[in-house]
Amino acid sequence: MEWIYPEYEVVRNADRCIACRVCERQCANEVHRYDGDLKKMLADERKCVACHRCVALCPTQALKIVKSGHTFRENANWSGQAIQEVYRQATSGGVLLSSMGNPQRYPVYWDKLLLNASQVTNPPIDPLREPMETKTFLGKKPAAVQRDEKGNILPQLPPQLELSTPILFSAMSYGSISYNAHQSLAQAASALGIYYNTGEGGLHRDFYQYGPNTIVQVASGRFGVHKDYLSAGAAIEIKMGQGAKPGIGGHLPGAKIVGDVSRTRMIPAGTDAISPAPHHDIYSIEDLRQLVFSLKEATGYEKPVIVKIAAVHNVAAIASGIARSGADIIAIDGFRGGTGAAPTRIRDNVGIPIELALAAVDQRLREEGIRNEVSLVVGGSIRSSADLLKAVLLGADAVYIGTAALLALGCHLCRSCHSGKCNWGIATQRPDLVKRLNPELGAQRLVNLVTAWTHELKEMMGGMGINSIEAARGNRLMLRGVGLSDAELRVLGVKHAGE
Amino acid sequence: MKRVYVREEWCLGCHLCEYNCAFANSGLDDMVKALKGRDIRPRIHVEDGENDVHFAVSCRHCDEALCLKSCIAGAISKQNGVVCIDREKCVGCYTCVLVCPYGALRPGEDGPMEKCQLCLDSSAGEPACVRGCPNRAIVFEEKEGA
Amino acid sequence: MGYVIIGNSAAAIGCVEGIRAVNKTGGITLLSQERFHTYSRPLISYLLEGKTDLERMKYRPDSFYRDMGVDARLGVTVTAIRPQEHKVVCGTGEEIPYDKLLVATGSVPFVPAIQGLEEVERKFTFLSLEDAQALEAALTPESRVFILGAGLIGLKCAEGIAKRVKSVDIADLAPQVLPSILDQAAARRVQAHLERQGLRFHLGDTAVRFEPGRAFLKSGGTLDFDILVVAVGVRPNVSLVQEAGGQVGKGIVTDDTGLATLPDVYAAGDCCESADLATGEHRVLALLPNAYLQGECAGKNMAGSPARFDQAVAMNAMGLFGLHLITAGSCRGEALVQEDGGDYKAFFVEDGLLKGYILVGDCLENAGVYTALIREQTPLSTVDFSLLRQHPRFAAFSQERRREMFA
Repeated sequence: MEWIYPEYEVVRNADRCIACRVCERQCANEVHRYDGDLKKMLADERKCVACHRCVALCPTQALKIVKSGHTFRENANWSGQAIQEVYRQATSGGVLLSSMGNPQRYPVYWDKLLLNASQVTNPPIDPLREPMETKTFLGKKPAAVQRDEKGNILPQLPPQLELSTPILFSAMSYGSISYNAHQSLAQAASALGIYYNTGEGGLHRDFYQYGPNTIVQVASGRFGVHKDYLSAGAAIEIKMGQGAKPGIGGHLPGAKIVGDVSRTRMIPAGTDAISPAPHHDIYSIEDLRQLVFSLKEATGYEKPVIVKIAAVHNVAAIASGIARSGADIIAIDGFRGGTGAAPTRIRDNVGIPIELALAAVDQRLREEGIRNEVSLVVGGSIRSSADLLKAVLLGADAVYIGTAALLALGCHLCRSCHSGKCNWGIATQRPDLVKRLNPELGAQRLVNLVTAWTHELKEMMGGMGINSIEAARGNRLMLRGVGLSDAELRVLGVKHAGE
Repeated sequence: MKRVYVREEWCLGCHLCEYNCAFANSGLDDMVKALKGRDIRPRIHVEDGENDVHFAVSCRHCDEALCLKSCIAGAISKQNGVVCIDREKCVGCYTCVLVCPYGALRPGEDGPMEKCQLCLDSSAGEPACVRGCPNRAIVFEEKEGA
Repeated sequence: MGYVIIGNSAAAIGCVEGIRAVNKTGGITLLSQERFHTYSRPLISYLLEGKTDLERMKYRPDSFYRDMGVDARLGVTVTAIRPQEHKVVCGTGEEIPYDKLLVATGSVPFVPAIQGLEEVERKFTFLSLEDAQALEAALTPESRVFILGAGLIGLKCAEGIAKRVKSVDIADLAPQVLPSILDQAAARRVQAHLERQGLRFHLGDTAVRFEPGRAFLKSGGTLDFDILVVAVGVRPNVSLVQEAGGQVGKGIVTDDTGLATLPDVYAAGDCCESADLATGEHRVLALLPNAYLQGECAGKNMAGSPARFDQAVAMNAMGLFGLHLITAGSCRGEALVQEDGGDYKAFFVEDGLLKGYILVGDCLENAGVYTALIREQTPLSTVDFSLLRQHPRFAAFSQERRREMFA
């Protein structure tokens, strides 16, 4: 009854395998082993999560992992997945847990939006020949220029974050990801002139040096929050919600609260780190405003405060409230955003797509004349520079990338973060696995990724005849929808292709 | 001079360097053809210690190379700083094994000693161990004072 | 600056390379009694065995003298050193001036006085290429060879000729083979292996009298032979220095820069004595690695760059019919012996330092790690010696030490 056929099969090309045993040494799930009697490698496929560590390191390309051909007696209603989940729950009696973003077949609106390009009139710009500005400032922008009696401009600009390109690394806590993953992100952000985000795990003492490129998060558990922490970062983010699991808190198992993770979070080793679903001191926009100003007061009004929410049904109204709470930046996380662990049902069924949320929020803030009061940062599955540009055209000032950053670090999206046995040294605290991510390499790959995206961004902007990211922001005329209903087009605020 | 250095803190003990080395020095164009079914004789060796300590060891290409000075056959020489062994001249007496503090020389399959020659004479062109290391635990670089 | 070197083997070549590491231009004159391009003496047994040839056994390439700017005068015998005049006198009467002189005259085989030995027609020693060539010319498949001496030279000679002759008998006054480097247990293993190859041993025994084709042994028996090889030992060639007034002990006395007790006269190699690091005793360490290192050290000093050679360690590596053994240091102190199948390991520890070791069999990998412990006098308390004894792994060292070595 409890037997479930392995989801993946290890296909080993016997002609190519030289039994070097690299796969065996590198699999934390202990799938591979060498049999001395048979003089060959064997595999226990029940343990395979398709993380591809073995595939990537096999020197003779003797390995591949395929989805097992096994099928249940599926039908259009009862998918194999649904059947299997019932079996698992009937066995365990427990809530199903999952990692990374929502994998279900909901529409991806990025893929239904197309970019414009200049022809004949308003000619395109060649970014290799002409300057192209991607520098972005995040924070409140004054509605009008203030002058003194003599007509001099009063430089009373609220605190801003300066980004060389409109990309930030999403909040991922030290604990949910490894020390080396954090160091990679911190180093890369520093080298790129952008920002990474501590998530709700505090800031390791070693990383204070990257403070000018760090966003420190304050979430419902308040883990790792103290004066020095708040002062260390360039900005402070209040996390109200997360796209992968709106409406619930977080739970980092005690097993991961070891050593420096426990010290950094300021909780005893071995205790579960449970972040409550709500902030227990926030039940209204007024309460939020109190926290925003508490944090500003604590840091001398020198740092912008970000309020991060999950994209949910009333997101536009919520954002309007946040914009009036004193926050400088609103971050919105769509329902495809990743997580180290979330209840499967929440991840797969709660929240709304970021594209629609973004369009709705930008529109609402404009209508209310308060768009300049806040910058908008969106995340929740920005997969490429095209997604990035489409987000900017829909009204975003910048985007958060999490999953893409992890992929750059080696993540193969096996979605087993919650097991703690990440073979790529990212979502784990096991020293032997953490070691697999050399931050020198990790940081370089992140720098490469962001550099590449920035090049592409310039090319696409140039094609539209736009030479500055400022001029692209909210420019929905540069977008057309394909295969979208009237309601979708209305929310997105774009015309259908051909119109 | 550029040398191979190992960074223990990043060595995963995957042993890929040994296989890449053995392949690079096989003179063959396919790793499967070169290594399948054989006991490999790499010129870099990974030690797996306790507490997940791993590190690779290979020839240091010493400035004052004891192997070179001790070789009874005059088979070891320096070429552009690289300590090289002439397989034709080596008689397999083990004197180099006796004097090398780094365990850098080991007998080949057919008698003469073999050692890391920084892939000068292999197909890789640059040290294969360095190129194939997945975690930059082996580097090929110039160091001050070395 | 004029450098003169007497000798053309490891110490002399080491000296040339030592001088040239410091001084690229000073004239070097190399005087060698032998007419050959520099060659490796220890390879003469391999030559007879067919594992090398005259070309390959050259110690340095043909272009060596030219590349190094050496005026190599081969076939020239030096008959005297005149240290006051800074001159050497050649057999031809020619006088060659020097600013700095290296004496690397090596050693000569010791031939003991045994009744009737003079009359033995086909008797050979086994140290130089000429010795080997003469011996080779006398070998026939029917030869019965008697080797006097079961030391390094005698056994390597036996290996070199075993397949080319009818029989090989070896006698040594010592009760074991390789008495100068092996303990009894290791010697028994080596002897058994050699006996399996067909060698016959007469240990604790020697020839006391010869008649043509026959040796009379101390034990009372007789042994008929066609060819006799005398390999009971070597004596350092000290006469040039001695006659010039230089101090000679067991060999030419030098300080640790290689300077003998005559002004501007250096000495290196098998003709010298040196302080054995493991025992502190002064003795002749007639070993090629030491010869080279002494010569190189002397050469650097001759060229004006201070260098010291104070790490003389007795050490040997050899293969005998496929059985390999490595020894270093001395057998003093507490013996830690491990026997495992065909492998034999003995370690000698005194005052918390490794003083010597013997390895026989397939356990030679990384042996230099042990040699370094002796050479550098590493306190064994700073390493995991029980792990090292099992296998010379670098995990036995501290992480810091490993970083110094490899990072």
